[in-house]
Amino acid sequence: MKFGILVNEGPYNHQASDSAYRFAKAALDKGHEIYRVFFYYDGVLNATKHSEPPSDDRNVIKNWQKLAEDHKVDLVVCVAAGLRRGIVEDSLAPGFRISGLGQLIEAGIQADRMVTFGD
Amino acid sequence: MGEDMEEEYEGGVVKKFMFVNRKAPYGTIYALEVLEMVLISAAFDQDVHIAFLDDGIYQIKKGQDTKELGMKNFSPTYRALEGYDIEKLFVERESLEERGLTEDDLLVPVEVISRAEMGELMAGMDVVLTA
Repeated sequence: MKFGILVNEGPYNHQASDSAYRFAKAALDKGHEIYRVFFYYDGVLNATKHSEPPSDDRNVIKNWQKLAEDHKVDLVVCVAAGLRRGIVEDSLAPGFRISGLGQLIEAGIQADRMVTFGD
Repeated sequence: MGEDMEEEYEGGVVKKFMFVNRKAPYGTIYALEVLEMVLISAAFDQDVHIAFLDDGIYQIKKGQDTKELGMKNFSPTYRALEGYDIEKLFVERESLEERGLTEDDLLVPVEVISRAEMGELMAGMDVVLTA
């Protein structure tokens, strides 16, 4: 099955991003496809290259990055939500790209299932 | 809006989208950014539905005044949705009643349906996006 994923919350403050990552990983391991992960609201903060969590904690941003590297998952950050929160091209960790909300709607059209993580 | 999306929606696929508003208009940014999603969706020629339930109903309450909050009053935008051919607005009756509101308190024409009907409507959607 082809999944689209929407992440609505920032990393560390909320579990949504961890859950979305684990869902994506489990789906890929089972042979499903992740059409796109779209980061919206504070979810755009998942794309920052400036995050440095304590070394005994999981690294949420690196997890996403690795997913993009290993499985060519398309990680898209909403441009308008990013601008509000200081996430611009220069802030991006490798593997993420910035684009418009249209990419979310398009993912909804293309994917078999759209799954939202957040409140 | 993205430049690349124009060609991408030419596929001719029309899905039933529903945007579900469950939160008050101010206090968090969710309502405003859901509205931004709704407006973009209009460019994709999809079958768009909007649902208001729980405190989300306050988003379309008449007479909003945000001056003292220092926030922009974005409620007039809901009136503009008609111009984007987004006219399928649904409000949950129980949520209205729980808040002592009636259809007359709302600033746009809506269809008021029961919680059970709302559930059925959602079950029939292809894509449900909520915040």
